[in-house]
Amino acid sequence: MNSRWPYYTPLIILGILAFYFAAGLGQNPAKVKSVLINKKVPEFLLPPIEGSLKGFSNSDLKNQVVLVNIFGSWCVSCRIEHPFLMQLKEKKSIPIYGIDWREPDSTAGPKWLEKFGNPYTLIGDDPNSLGAIAFGVTGAPETFIVDKNGIIRFKHLGPITKDNWDETFKPILEDLRKK
Amino acid sequence: MIVEIGHFSLVLALFIAGLQGTLPIIGAHRNNHSLMAVATPAAIIQFILILGSFIALTYAFLVSDFSVINVASNSHTEKPTLYKISGVWGNHEGSMLLWALILAGYGAAIAAFGENLRPTLKVRILGVQALIGTGILAFILLTSNPFLRLTPAPVNGNGLNPLLQDPGLAFHPPLLYLGYVGLSLTFSFAVAALIEGRVDAAWARWVRPWTLAAWGFLTGGIVLGSWWAYYELGWGGWWFWDPVENASFMPWLAATALLHSAIVSEKRDGLKAWTIFLAIMAFGLSLLGTFLVRSGVITSVHAFASDPTRGVFILLLLIVTIGGAFILFAWRGPTLKGAGLFQPVSREGGLVINNFLLTVAAASILLGTLYPLFIDVLKLGKVSVGAPYFESVFVPMMIPMIAIMGLAPLLKWKRGDFKTAIEKLKFAIALSIIGGLFVWILIDRASAFTSLGMTISLWLLTATLTELAGRIKLFRGPLSESINYLFRQPRASWGMTLAHAGLAIAIAGITASSSWKVESIQIMKFGDQVNVAGYNYTLKHVREIQGPNYKALRGTFIVNKGDDINWVLEPEKRFYTDPVMTTTEAAIRPTFLGDLYAVVGDRDEKSGGYITRIYFNPLVPWMWTGAIIMVLGAGISLTDRRHRVGAPSSNKIPAPGIPAE
Repeated sequence: MNSRWPYYTPLIILGILAFYFAAGLGQNPAKVKSVLINKKVPEFLLPPIEGSLKGFSNSDLKNQVVLVNIFGSWCVSCRIEHPFLMQLKEKKSIPIYGIDWREPDSTAGPKWLEKFGNPYTLIGDDPNSLGAIAFGVTGAPETFIVDKNGIIRFKHLGPITKDNWDETFKPILEDLRKK
Repeated sequence: MIVEIGHFSLVLALFIAGLQGTLPIIGAHRNNHSLMAVATPAAIIQFILILGSFIALTYAFLVSDFSVINVASNSHTEKPTLYKISGVWGNHEGSMLLWALILAGYGAAIAAFGENLRPTLKVRILGVQALIGTGILAFILLTSNPFLRLTPAPVNGNGLNPLLQDPGLAFHPPLLYLGYVGLSLTFSFAVAALIEGRVDAAWARWVRPWTLAAWGFLTGGIVLGSWWAYYELGWGGWWFWDPVENASFMPWLAATALLHSAIVSEKRDGLKAWTIFLAIMAFGLSLLGTFLVRSGVITSVHAFASDPTRGVFILLLLIVTIGGAFILFAWRGPTLKGAGLFQPVSREGGLVINNFLLTVAAASILLGTLYPLFIDVLKLGKVSVGAPYFESVFVPMMIPMIAIMGLAPLLKWKRGDFKTAIEKLKFAIALSIIGGLFVWILIDRASAFTSLGMTISLWLLTATLTELAGRIKLFRGPLSESINYLFRQPRASWGMTLAHAGLAIAIAGITASSSWKVESIQIMKFGDQVNVAGYNYTLKHVREIQGPNYKALRGTFIVNKGDDINWVLEPEKRFYTDPVMTTTEAAIRPTFLGDLYAVVGDRDEKSGGYITRIYFNPLVPWMWTGAIIMVLGAGISLTDRRHRVGAPSSNKIPAPGIPAE
């Protein structure tokens, strides 16, 4: 091998990778651009969970800015998120609508809420993922911001924490409430 | 006060590292001995200072000093002492301090034990090591300082992720870092050699034991992490191709390749530029792993809280360190001409092919790990790359690699004879094919893949033993003589035999556990029985127990098989309150043929029973045993005095059958 160029290859590859890393730093993989962003919430109608009378449908989402939160009693991250949702409820920050996703049986969700508290205005039972599919959910917990006109404005993957609430949610909500 | 001393000592260490990284390198360039003399004491002082700083932080954790932010957010007074200590490195800041400590520790080891190194090479190695140290220490002090105070101090801490309160995970990071960071030393060796423009057999001889040590620790660290996932995550899996796991596996592949190409550089004066390249790559991939885990560019279950500032800093560190080394490589590399010519069929030939396969495997894992990032940056959407990609790419490459692994040690250096080697291996070939057919025909649920896996496992084991038998002239003379030869085998050869045999055993475990796992999920009431893989499990009761900082449901299973077996398995489901979290503790009973693995889940309200999951994981203990044998091989090889002397010893009578060196 008399040519010098093979000795430059590692440097060139490193350069290309460095470009991607630098570009990647500016983005957050948890902040997913959903195809549904800036579109109207698709139609769905979910039955109530056991022990409650009213379910949850897309017609409930109008005239106010709300959160739609996907959760399940089987989901560990949801339990981590849960105390923060309870705080939001106590502070009356924003109405939260819940989609109780893929429970192993009909009592699991209500039991869980009884034990840890219920932060939700309305809850739809979603054993067959109808609501989850409507929102294009990839996992739990997942949270959507829906504006006064029933349009999805933001999607968040993973638990809401105080940090990402202050950094991400608050500015978006303030912006939407002004409109 | 002690915390402030620790902080101050870290600042001082940065200062010393800065001196150590510049003066000796200038000194070596100008042949100024007084500047060169700075290196050795500086390396030792730098280590002592960082050690002091680390002890200060450990002290703050032990006495639960919650006026330190890091302690407040990662510890708790009620945590058991062991986990207070492991809490030191269970968070970003503390783990970076451990990183720096180990980095300086390797530098100090070279300073203390490297007296037979060429003086200019030694001070350049220490200089490069200190330059990396300067970067890491500056990173800690500027973006991740563990000594920052908090006022007012909270009454109690925020605890630690209970998943991490586990002996397996407490010692996983230190071992892994000993491996990761150990590769910094081979990097420093490579860069120092590039600065000198001289890579010779002596250099390769010096670099090998350090590579071996780092490789052994890295193997141990990866296995410990995998073992933790196996019993803690509660579904019997042990490898997930998660970005963080890949981040430790890629340097391992590069280090394995390096270990072997350095042999060619030492013994045959060949593959010099390639060995240097691998030495840079192995550490480069370690740094890359650190970057991926800490910067948040890739999502992972294990990721530390990400912070873009830290990401930028580590990225800069990565670019300067590895980019600088690659610039040197582009400049000096073409002058590193090897002398050793060899035929394709030769031991070098085999090592080159396997080096190629290992490198391509590492590159394809890198591609799979970074692919989501590429797609994300190019705005083509969000994707995730899962196990199917990695398995379908990685496994086919390992099959020819293992075929060659069995064969190459029987080939001679320079020009091997394929026919003679195959002749010697006819027993191994026959046995592995028969073994594969046996699996194919006699065992239920054996796919072609499983049979192939068992064939290559048997092949590697029998070929490795054949090679050993050849070396000790087994069946070619009196048995007593062979036994005599056996005990006179150099320890480095034992290292190879053990590492290769260990891998063979591990492959059998991996193949069996991924093919023949038996799984049974059901609701059981007290007294209910279920039969899994021939064992009868009776759920006796489920009781609530109180742990030091958790409550748990503990299920008690009685396991029977025939009359002699009467075991008790007690899995737990733990509920931690601070922070709120649930963990599963699987109960595992290893047997020769596999693990009995039981998990207890939630109570089913309708029937009043409990959800239980029972697995039989075949040959999983073989996997751990094989891995431990591999690490043992590295350890035994390290005690070989040939690794510690500068030049080949002339007074030692080589054992017969060892190829001429």
